[in-house]
Amino acid sequence: MIDLLILGAGPAGMAAAIEASRLGLSVQLLDENAAPGGQVHRNARADARGPGDIQAHAGAKLMAELAASGADCVYGATLWAIEPGPTAFYSVNGAARRVEAKRIILAPGATERALPIPGWTLPGVMGVGAAQTLLKSAGLVPQGEVWIAGQGPLLWLYAAQALAKGGRIAGILDMSDPGAWRRAVWRLPCALRKPRYLMLGLSWMRAVTKAVPVHCGRAIRALGTDRLEAIEIDGVRHAADTLLLHDGVVPNTQITRAIQGLRHEWNEAQRAFRPVLDEYGHTSVAGVMVAGDSGGIGGAWAAALSGRIAAIGAACDLGLFGVEQRDALAGPLMLQRGDELAPRGFLDTLYAPLPVPAAADTILCRCEEVTRGTIDNAAQLGCLGVNQLKAFTRAGMGACQGRTCHPLIHAAMAEARHAPAADMEAMRTRFPTKPLTIGELAALAE
Amino acid sequence: MFKRTEPTDCSITWQGQAIPARAGEPLAAALIAAGITQFRTTVVSGAPRAPFCMMGSCFDCLVEVNGEANRQACMTLVTPGMAANPMQPEVVGA
Amino acid sequence: MLGSAIGWGCATRGARVAVLDGGDTALRAARGNFGLVWSQGKGDGLPAYAAWTRASLDAWPALAETISGLIGRDCGLRQQGGLNFCLSDAEFEARRAIVSRLHNQGADTLRMVDRKELQALMPGCRLGEAVVGASYEPRDGHADPLSLLQGFHAGLRAAGAAHLPGPEVVRIEAGRPYVIHRADGARVMAEKIVIACGLGTPRVAAMLGADIPVRPVRGQNIVTERLPPILPLPASAIRQTVHGTVQIGVTQEDDGDPTPFTTTAHMAGMAARAIRVLPELAQARAFRAWGALRPMTPDGFPAYAELDGHPGAFVACCHSAVTLAAMHAGPLAEGIIAGRLPDAVKDLHPSRFARGQNVQAH
Repeated sequence: MIDLLILGAGPAGMAAAIEASRLGLSVQLLDENAAPGGQVHRNARADARGPGDIQAHAGAKLMAELAASGADCVYGATLWAIEPGPTAFYSVNGAARRVEAKRIILAPGATERALPIPGWTLPGVMGVGAAQTLLKSAGLVPQGEVWIAGQGPLLWLYAAQALAKGGRIAGILDMSDPGAWRRAVWRLPCALRKPRYLMLGLSWMRAVTKAVPVHCGRAIRALGTDRLEAIEIDGVRHAADTLLLHDGVVPNTQITRAIQGLRHEWNEAQRAFRPVLDEYGHTSVAGVMVAGDSGGIGGAWAAALSGRIAAIGAACDLGLFGVEQRDALAGPLMLQRGDELAPRGFLDTLYAPLPVPAAADTILCRCEEVTRGTIDNAAQLGCLGVNQLKAFTRAGMGACQGRTCHPLIHAAMAEARHAPAADMEAMRTRFPTKPLTIGELAALAE
Repeated sequence: MFKRTEPTDCSITWQGQAIPARAGEPLAAALIAAGITQFRTTVVSGAPRAPFCMMGSCFDCLVEVNGEANRQACMTLVTPGMAANPMQPEVVGA
Repeated sequence: MLGSAIGWGCATRGARVAVLDGGDTALRAARGNFGLVWSQGKGDGLPAYAAWTRASLDAWPALAETISGLIGRDCGLRQQGGLNFCLSDAEFEARRAIVSRLHNQGADTLRMVDRKELQALMPGCRLGEAVVGASYEPRDGHADPLSLLQGFHAGLRAAGAAHLPGPEVVRIEAGRPYVIHRADGARVMAEKIVIACGLGTPRVAAMLGADIPVRPVRGQNIVTERLPPILPLPASAIRQTVHGTVQIGVTQEDDGDPTPFTTTAHMAGMAARAIRVLPELAQARAFRAWGALRPMTPDGFPAYAELDGHPGAFVACCHSAVTLAAMHAGPLAEGIIAGRLPDAVKDLHPSRFARGQNVQAH
């Protein structure tokens, strides 16, 4: 049995593996991708130049340390179940495997919060994060009639990166609330404990606004029959072949929500569920820990620190040292993490998630093509929450198992019932959380 | 649309037609770079779909790869000669 | 499912109905419905149950037509026969023994078919080598449980019934009318009440002094991606839905664990057996799995009664609410309105549990 199994080779998972190996634990690290980095450090290079380079350098450093750490890294590994023990089940190249570990650190990161607008299921509409992945993984840059709409730091970072690489952006629709500055301003002093975030953000915005026309507003539709042909902003039509949407990111809780007894809580500022964690990342389930953005959005630097802190916590749990030494090791890291999290309140206020569109014909569940109107109707029929909503409408029952629609249908149900989102249960997930073949499953039969 | 900033080094097929690609890049990226806009149709309404999240989360980019159905094109890495086809299931309605 | 069926049946017969329902994460037995409309193997040792089931099968086509009309699409009833595969000679012989016992209790169309006849029944179906034969009941079939539930809800609304989900029932004041108190302080008054609370039945029935023993039995289900037609007839624990997905089920885990989570060990066993029936399934992807808790009485048969000393207060409990839907929405609802349960369920009275008939069956 290994000491520590880590899921996810993003900043949190990599840092946890490096720290735990350094402390002497036997470590296995799983990631679904072919290489470490996660979304944020995908293909990060030490010699990167231009927007996002500081982050890339940090990622490249983590990757180098990981390679030298001695941790057993398994790439192309899709985790699909965690059971008491803890025991994890994952598949590599179409073969299912089972691994028992004394401790598990889950670091599956974040996903983009979907920004549903009328017509957003048309080919040609995708996430800003998706376009950034195209840039990082294949060197693709936008050309032609590419529009970006939404809000948040990643939107400006991507636009700046795309332009620096020779891409062309036709226009940007900034959907952020112009009044949010007034609400956020009192959090500014706290945010300036770590001025890097604001300085970088402002530099990206400056670079982009010099080269790309920026509109402000919220009324946007995607138009087309078999693919995106145009967008309409406040009734004005613009030719468009690509529309990139962004409204920040949410914790990926697809796995933690499927674990029996693992408690979650509603985070009102980020309008998303997150697992209930102590300062080391322990969940309510013995042996299962969470680090990084999947425990609440904090960004890459905070994620790496929480990975190291979780590794120290796990090492103490396994008897390598006592709580005094644990706290001595983790204390300085927690202070640093506090600094990295300091700008969060400001950013969360400035970029409070956009409301779910009221238009009845807007699709919220992409897989089963369930509209806002159908969900409102289910609420009228007595549906109380997103779990029952499956039986009423099939929303959340498609191939993505609610990954994309969960925040949207949760918000829509809360509105339709005039109930606080915090009072409604999160959508339950069940293992296997990712598809695997019946043959793979059967091979595990005794 | 998107354009490449780096050279291609192999070719794959989409519906039997050769398209250029880079070994090791996501299949979805190769198809997007080649101007493919429709990866599959939905079972509910027959509507066309293409990649949305590019990180294995949304399942909108499902394609057939070397005869295997329902593969996530964003999580499948290009190998030279890979044969991909759209998923066009029969529409069954909601 | 059970409560919705009875409520709809009463509402369409002119009663003013309110259906009190649980919250968003209530343990709903309906989630465990496999979707079979099924008679074979049921009622061994209790002929009244077998007859009740067969009557429901006869009434299902009419129900399906009404439900499809209510939801505006096909509710997926396909009643062209059902199978229970035998994967060894020993399984075949054991099944044959059950079939001949049931034959003597009125299941006159149920019979064993060997592999050759099985292949004639399903031409082109590529059965695994392990399949020796099956029991076959031409009247069995399957339907889409979610469509059925949606149909009952739509029907309740169309008939002017109230659906009151949310807080649980905490107290019932006996008498006419009965006063039902809910956890949020709300009260509902009714001339008649039907306790059809699934796993909550013992707790709620006890409020009127009745002892209805029901325990949770976990059932796990796996659903694959949509596949071309590979299994023309539904079978016990494996069926291809009208959407093309193959549903593999359903475990009967009687371990006292009251949580509906999936377990890899059970799913692996279900998957392995499914592949022995249909080897092509090995390449199919499992897209989703779930578990649910089904309410099980001591002998596994349904229970229906008017409670002693409480005229107008009824209890209903069963784990085959899809198969029996036509009876619950039909004769049972009629009996509840009339104040006298149908004779057909006389032998399904829960008083039998007190007499110690605890034989395990389903």
